[in-house]
Amino acid sequence: MLWSIIRFAANGWITKLYIEPQFFFSYYGFEWVQPLGQWTYLLFVICGLSSIFVAIGYKYRWSIIVFFLSFTYIELMDKTTYLNHYYFISILSFLMIFLPANAYFSVDAWQNEKIRSQKVPTWTIGSIKLLLGIVYFYAGLAKLNSDWLFEAMPLQIWLPAKYSIPILGDLLQQTWVHYLFAWSGAIYDLTIPFLLLYKRTRTIAFILVVIFHVLTRVLFPIGMFPYIMIASALIFFDSGLHNSILDKISGWLRITKSLFDNGSIYEYPKKWIQKASLSIIAVFFVLQLLIPFRYMLYPGELFWTEEGYRFSWRVMLMEKAGYANFKVVDPENDQRFYVDNTEFLTRFQEKQMSSQPDFILEYAHFLEDHYQEQGIKDPEIYVDSYVALNGRRSQPYVDPNVDLTEIEPSLKHRTWLLPFDDEIKGL
Amino acid sequence: MKKYTVLLFIVFFAWSCSDNGPSGPNPDDFDREAILVNWGDNIIVPSFTDLSEATAQLHTSAETFSASPTLQNLETLRGSWESAYLAFQHVSMFEMGEAMQLRYRDNLNIYPTDTTEIKQNITEGGYDLELPSLNNSQGFPALDYLIHGLSENDTEIVSYYTTNSDAQNYRTYLTDLTLRIDTLTDQVLDSWTSGYRDEFVNNSGNGANSSLDMMVNDYIYYYEKHLRAGKIGIPAGVFSGSPLSSHVEAYYSEGFSKALFNEALSASINFFNGTHFEGEADGQSLDDYLDYLNTMKDGADLTSIINNQFQDAKNEAQALNDNFAAQVETDNNLMLGTYDELQRNVVNMKVDMLQALNINVDYVDADGD
Repeated sequence: MLWSIIRFAANGWITKLYIEPQFFFSYYGFEWVQPLGQWTYLLFVICGLSSIFVAIGYKYRWSIIVFFLSFTYIELMDKTTYLNHYYFISILSFLMIFLPANAYFSVDAWQNEKIRSQKVPTWTIGSIKLLLGIVYFYAGLAKLNSDWLFEAMPLQIWLPAKYSIPILGDLLQQTWVHYLFAWSGAIYDLTIPFLLLYKRTRTIAFILVVIFHVLTRVLFPIGMFPYIMIASALIFFDSGLHNSILDKISGWLRITKSLFDNGSIYEYPKKWIQKASLSIIAVFFVLQLLIPFRYMLYPGELFWTEEGYRFSWRVMLMEKAGYANFKVVDPENDQRFYVDNTEFLTRFQEKQMSSQPDFILEYAHFLEDHYQEQGIKDPEIYVDSYVALNGRRSQPYVDPNVDLTEIEPSLKHRTWLLPFDDEIKGL
Repeated sequence: MKKYTVLLFIVFFAWSCSDNGPSGPNPDDFDREAILVNWGDNIIVPSFTDLSEATAQLHTSAETFSASPTLQNLETLRGSWESAYLAFQHVSMFEMGEAMQLRYRDNLNIYPTDTTEIKQNITEGGYDLELPSLNNSQGFPALDYLIHGLSENDTEIVSYYTTNSDAQNYRTYLTDLTLRIDTLTDQVLDSWTSGYRDEFVNNSGNGANSSLDMMVNDYIYYYEKHLRAGKIGIPAGVFSGSPLSSHVEAYYSEGFSKALFNEALSASINFFNGTHFEGEADGQSLDDYLDYLNTMKDGADLTSIINNQFQDAKNEAQALNDNFAAQVETDNNLMLGTYDELQRNVVNMKVDMLQALNINVDYVDADGD
């Protein structure tokens, strides 16, 4: 995690993403989360420090809470950068708040005999396994759609462009390779949690995990995610492997690991804390199981409307490109003009905005405020927009006759989008 | 365990001998590096070479006029300015490498030019043209003002360089501007001929920093911002509500803006199709790449769609007045019509083409959702 933060800072992304833009896209309900100007750097420092403390298990409970809050705050600042794996880290750290991850081989356990225990209740580890299982399995379910399986889309667009990768580059030009990747990816996601659970298939499953994620690392710009998933998958192994890894680390750092091997089982300090933790975790998982299916509450094609697309492990499923040209009308004198998006948004923000309806709406409201300050009393804002999905020709997206200032952001179905003139079958 | 290892080997074996597989197009059919070679050798370097000759000529004409400010020499200078300005339209889109470092385009072609600042520079002297704040008092637009805009009357324009109390300063400023245009152009050309061409061609990988991705991004950015908006949209008032005739390119020349636009549009079309500079030969470019990718997924024929749209824009622009300032003042609808046609290709290129080529917009992680 610390590495992730350092990588972020090293790439100059803090400045580029959170300081430079004039405007940030907020999540519905979290509009109050805004970058803190120069203090944003401090936030990243706090997040980095807390991740070190979590790793060494020092003041664990506080550290993980601080980490969860600071990391989630960072993610909530601008949804332009939304990535499924950042969400994964957020909810994983939330889950870990309630788990005794400092019971063994940690500074806390070394200092405090009460915490020190060789074993923790099975359900604590089980909960992390379950979360990982959900991520994989739901990602697999989401791949069961006609674009992915029968058109090999969007892989068909992505893979040929990776022509310069050694050895694989030429293969990626072959149509059958696109289908092979699509089908094996779907089967992998659906089966890997189970293969990892059973002892007999575990080693081979882990090899598959490594191959799969190294491949995705090579092919796609998805940052730390592959490494995180590979490391996380180790949790499926039993304590034998973990102990030998820790033995190695102890050797390097000259720590007496045997101090922790006291044979005791971790107990929460109070019965009610354990009960509360368990019930929070139970509710958490019910939500995790349900949230990805919320799209069923909406009519229309999910990929087109994106109602219920985020937070549901739909990873690498679509290639969507858009173009949105905003028209401002002053009804008082019937003056009309178009907006130059580059005046307000970075190139990356513009790209993300132009194909996602909630971004379009939020930006329209930002423009309304901006032009009100400029002296237009009641500006009307229309958008001329086109979106191309998974290699289809671009088609008009938002209804160009709808004044977006009249529409308030909400979780209701968006009637102001034009229908998608094709069908994608599947989950 | 053994069983799985065997299985794994079979999968890898199947993979590795797939080269003889019958399905799919042959990967050797398409060579992306050939596009870069064609762009570099047949379009970019020849265009800069041509411009470099034109800017040298421009500077010579300015020096001649400065030494002997006559009506005749003013005409010659105007001719050289027009040739160089037209030649510039062929390189304006290549804002990369040395050109990007120098912010070449900003130095040469920011309009409307700042006439107050120009006058101030001339009367006070001591200006540093390398300052970004002086970008809008130099380049082709500033020259336009100095050779067309000082007065309605040519004799009076010449008098600024002869009898005016600051005549000496006017002459110096004029040649300082032409020298700077010439020097910057040579700097960019030199970098291309002394190494950057190879760097450009060898950077043939994929990813946001590859030559192909950067070039296509720059090309679309140029088309959208400088061609569509700068030359047509802004003067037509698309972004402001009412026409802004003073924002046309080459405003003071009163009649050269359409020629510049046509040249720039042709340059954009040639780049898309890989047509050699000042030639008919058709080299490898985006059109061929799109055709190749289309053999895999038989989608819409983007090459024809984009080329037809270019043609529509060209046709629509034919009816425009040679002087765009006059056009927006008399009948702005024609100008808006041209804008709409240009706009359609922004969608075709920015949405459909970028998706087909799978070109990244910027260097940030994104997992496509």
